[in-house]
Amino acid sequence: MTIGITGREATAVPGATRSARDGGITAPRRRRHWGRSLIPWAFLAPALLLFLYFKFIPMAEGIRLSLYKVQPFLGDIFVGMDNYAAVLDDTAFQEAAYHTVVLAFGQTFGSMVVGFFLALLLEGQAKSLWFVRSAVFLPVVAATAVVGEIWRVLYFPDPNGFLNEVLSWVGAGPSTFLDHPDTALTSVMMVGIWKHAPYDMVLILAGLAGIDREQYEASALDGTTVFQRLWYVTLPALRPVITILLTLAAIRGLRVFTEVYVLTGGGPAGATSVWMTTVFSRGFEKNDIGVASAASVMLFLVTFLLTVIVQVWRRAREAR
Amino acid sequence: MTTSTGTAPVRTRRKPGVSSRLDTALGWSTARNAYASRAIRIVLCTLAVLIFTGPLITVFSGAFDVNRDPTQLSVLPGNPTLQNYEEAAAKNIWTYFANSLFIAGGALLLQLLVSVFAAYAMARKKFRGQAIILLLILTTMMLPEEVIAIPLSLVIGDLPVLQLNLRGTLLGVILPLGAWGFSIFVMTEFMKEIPVELEEAARVDGAGELRVFARIILPLCRPALAVIAVFGFTMIWDQYLLPRIVANDPADYTLTVALADLRSDIEVGPGIVLAGALLALVPSLIVYLSLQKSFLRGITTGAVKG
Repeated sequence: MTIGITGREATAVPGATRSARDGGITAPRRRRHWGRSLIPWAFLAPALLLFLYFKFIPMAEGIRLSLYKVQPFLGDIFVGMDNYAAVLDDTAFQEAAYHTVVLAFGQTFGSMVVGFFLALLLEGQAKSLWFVRSAVFLPVVAATAVVGEIWRVLYFPDPNGFLNEVLSWVGAGPSTFLDHPDTALTSVMMVGIWKHAPYDMVLILAGLAGIDREQYEASALDGTTVFQRLWYVTLPALRPVITILLTLAAIRGLRVFTEVYVLTGGGPAGATSVWMTTVFSRGFEKNDIGVASAASVMLFLVTFLLTVIVQVWRRAREAR
Repeated sequence: MTTSTGTAPVRTRRKPGVSSRLDTALGWSTARNAYASRAIRIVLCTLAVLIFTGPLITVFSGAFDVNRDPTQLSVLPGNPTLQNYEEAAAKNIWTYFANSLFIAGGALLLQLLVSVFAAYAMARKKFRGQAIILLLILTTMMLPEEVIAIPLSLVIGDLPVLQLNLRGTLLGVILPLGAWGFSIFVMTEFMKEIPVELEEAARVDGAGELRVFARIILPLCRPALAVIAVFGFTMIWDQYLLPRIVANDPADYTLTVALADLRSDIEVGPGIVLAGALLALVPSLIVYLSLQKSFLRGITTGAVKG
């Protein structure tokens, strides 16, 4: 043991160390205490620096830009809330907002329903089920942009396209999929459900595993059918997981960009334009940085407020 | 849901005497003689596997099939060939792939380092301002990366104070991905569970701060490291907007971004796009299949918090 020689505040009594760390330090050690208190900051420095540069400065800059008419080389002009008013007045953004909400809710709800049935189907401990679960989960790990490219090929809007071919076996189709304003948004939504449903499946499976088997036993003694058991035992037990997941996923869905951008770019004729694809085309293609920034800030405020509300509501529920 | 980090969801063990039909919500029978139930389940499982892996399997066949006609996709390549890859190579696909790999490797390494350092401070230390730092980290998790895309592209073009331009560099993609709230959070939760006594025993033996961190805490965090590594990789590989706005010209693209350009190139048939898509799929599949347990654990612990 080298206590005293190293001069560290460690002693043989664990409790003493803890109180020392909490600030109960005697006067002669104050200088060393100062050095000690810098240690956490040294460990945090890389994270804080990266956050500062790539999250907080851009955020602040985004808010600043949203208040200016941004003109490269000519200098920015302060315009107050004009950009925000411009966004609200713009029919492109109004339509995009509508599509975004439809897509977010449709995908979230659809994924949850499909995920729920997948979980019911694949619940169990057999090795073969584990294999099926792993296979079904693959779409979740594939990169969004890659999934988009694959589905573009599958959706080829010709009667002989891959998916139309498959549909014709069951007597359906052919569909125009992404090529026609009437079917494009649904087609985008289907890809989202395909990619996210297995994710929900995993969470619901975890929820199912947590259900007390004695409840099933009790309902079996009461002579319930499988459907009654699902309705009165399983679903109520899963409800907390499902509601939280639905709300958080729907809020997250408002930011959808990559899958829409890759699949349709917002087309055809703006039929699938969402908030972020509209921001992207304003900001990077039309170089209207001020308006695009204002729209970004609005999206942030909406998602932020909704998240906070959901979390507070959740805390309140859990506290009850 | 309050599953603590590091514990896999516990399966309720069946009490002896309870029928196996009560094992699952739907009451699937595991009895050997329940043929109807087994048959229905096998058919439905096959259907599920076809729907969720079918599109990925067609990528395999499409990538090795010379067919230029997107209407002729099939599950098995009619005429296996590497021609698509030869043509894709002429379109610089290997450069994009190298960009992707380099970014993934660099960003993942940085992300892991930054996360364990930050988590060590948050979990094992008490200091003034800790609550504010926690709030800041949570804020970054609630700040959608899409929302800051436009100002971020300006900041990357001219880093304040440092006067650096990261446009068109791999570093411009790597650095913004270096700190990720989710992995700091998962790591912090895990590190909190490590008993103080272990750390104190080491300090008594005269171990310094870095030594305690590297020799005591880190080795115990291996399960959590696997979780944040597999999530970090997936998140980095999934990046689309960031590499796109950082790129100066197509040579800087990652594979996922370049696919869209390949597709809109009229000389390029779907076979070549699928060849690229396959290349972009393989690393995710390898990572997922080799670290599957960590992945599932991460989802059940982290999803509700994110």
